[in-house]
Amino acid sequence: MTQLVPVLSAHWDEKDSFTIEAYTRHGGYKASQKALTMDPDAVIQLVKDSGLRGRGGAGFPTGMKWGFIPQGDNKDHYLVVNADESEPGTCKDTPLLMANPHVLIEGCIIACHAIRAKHAFIYIRGEVTHVVRRMNQAIEDAYKAGHLGNGVELVLHVGAGAYICGEETALLDSLEGFRGQPRLRPPFPAIAGLYARPTVVNNVESIASVPAIIANGAEWYQSMGTEKSKGTTLYSLSGHVNNPGQFEAPLGITLREILELSGGIRTGHTLKFWTPGGSSTPIFTQDHLDTPLDYEGVSAAGSMLGTKALQIFDETTCVVRAVLRWTEFYKHESCGKCTPCREGTWWLVQILRDLEAGKGTEADLAKLLDLCDNILGRSFCALGDGATSPITSSIQYFRDEYIAHITHGGCPFDPVASTLFVGAGA
Amino acid sequence: MAYSTEDLVIMDSIIKRYPRSRSSIMPLLHFVQSRIGYVDGEGIELIAKLLTLETAEVSAVASFYTQYKRKSVGEYHVGVCTNTLCAVMGGDAIFAGLKAHLGVENDGVTADGKVSLEHIECNAACDYAPVVMANWEFYDNQTVQSAKDLVDSMRQGNPQPPTRGPNSLVTWKEASAVLAGINDGKAHEGIQAGEPSLLGLKISKEGK
Repeated sequence: MTQLVPVLSAHWDEKDSFTIEAYTRHGGYKASQKALTMDPDAVIQLVKDSGLRGRGGAGFPTGMKWGFIPQGDNKDHYLVVNADESEPGTCKDTPLLMANPHVLIEGCIIACHAIRAKHAFIYIRGEVTHVVRRMNQAIEDAYKAGHLGNGVELVLHVGAGAYICGEETALLDSLEGFRGQPRLRPPFPAIAGLYARPTVVNNVESIASVPAIIANGAEWYQSMGTEKSKGTTLYSLSGHVNNPGQFEAPLGITLREILELSGGIRTGHTLKFWTPGGSSTPIFTQDHLDTPLDYEGVSAAGSMLGTKALQIFDETTCVVRAVLRWTEFYKHESCGKCTPCREGTWWLVQILRDLEAGKGTEADLAKLLDLCDNILGRSFCALGDGATSPITSSIQYFRDEYIAHITHGGCPFDPVASTLFVGAGA
Repeated sequence: MAYSTEDLVIMDSIIKRYPRSRSSIMPLLHFVQSRIGYVDGEGIELIAKLLTLETAEVSAVASFYTQYKRKSVGEYHVGVCTNTLCAVMGGDAIFAGLKAHLGVENDGVTADGKVSLEHIECNAACDYAPVVMANWEFYDNQTVQSAKDLVDSMRQGNPQPPTRGPNSLVTWKEASAVLAGINDGKAHEGIQAGEPSLLGLKISKEGK
């Protein structure tokens, strides 16, 4: 049985955990002091050795990303932290920043030293007023304490409601003051990122993991996780479970283990389908309860670890309704730059609406898959790819349920049964 | 002119946060909303003038992002998450219930100007589903009835405090100022984490 190992979340249960006093009390800002005495290349090597991989979805090795920044080029370098958490199901960075904003600031100081950047930006989604307050206060306090302002300037940039800005190049355009639309790569941000300068873009959890790695060493981090997926990470459990929440564990824990620890599926119900890493990752079923939740394990089972957003749906949930709603989301959030995504997501919604309403035909299922085939891999960024994931995977596992909507002439499910307040007279 | 000399000093300080001035468009638009309640033509013109841009360039940005409003919203802007997980667990019922209760449609404002309603996408609080936001503060684990009570408290001028947020709910304009990066001194208010955020930690401490 895999044990939970709180590292990032170790002190979240202290009332004042978000203050600089609490952070310092637990050894905060000692790792950055240590890192600043190290050669920047040694810091990069240490992060490489730790095996830390990007926690925003792609799983790219963090140290290697840092190593791509050209040195001695006499250009400004930038660090940009992606705190635009908006992938459906993903809810780890928000509680992290609410409870401990300073760990991200310390991570920024270390990362800036490593990549020789003097300027860092945290791009946070705009729909979290209190997290913005906490983050800005923490930055102010870190300046007062002298952790910032002596070589590193840090600016919190607040977004304004656009899922696409979680895509790193759209985020950079947005940060430059444009509409958030993805750029064609190459050039990658490491060569031409913010203001066309070498830029590292990392997820909140990736950067927040760095201080503990510096403090405890690469070997300590390496000792947790699986062969190619090292360390601990935050798994976010939500949906039809008795006890949803955040579970920090070594990579490779399974959903069955997390459910056993947390209290299982909603009492009296059974698991139907779930996402391993947000709505952009192909859905899983009961058959995947023992899939190791690391980058390789999830990938081998036909999905992606993504953001480790475990959204659980029991047998009361109509998969067609769930997929339609996700698809409406992708249609709404498509930035409109690339035709396959802009037009394709629009058509996916039309067809799925018909299917859900019982007005579809079996030919529509083939049409959906054909559309997905024409969206996948044909746009600048992965938004369109993500839109196809729930559709193709749900047809793979639940084709009969789509057919049932056609033969039944509508949705055979009672939406009230899937709510939390069923039977409460709501 | 809706902007005081003090406002212009703040806007100047926002511009100076960035190595390149154009990057300040988004916080400046949040600032305009903190003064006017939405993004109006005068605000667009002012930002364009401050940044030496065309008004069309500023409009292009303002119209891309859903948090920038083109008309007045309520003093308390209520967002109901109707993305899949929240929708299934009750968000759809809550949104339908609030529309009927307030007598407004999506993007509508009550006649008294107190409450506006919008269905929103995933707000990174899925372990607290179903989630309702007001001026982008968290109201966790809602039901149809609790959401109706919440908007009633707003209309009576005494809104319930957020679940994870400051001790009292600030207005739309005040929240917009926070999003523009202005410190309202409330960062220390409220809990550091809700129960679901702490569940893994608690289980770990119990030695499981």
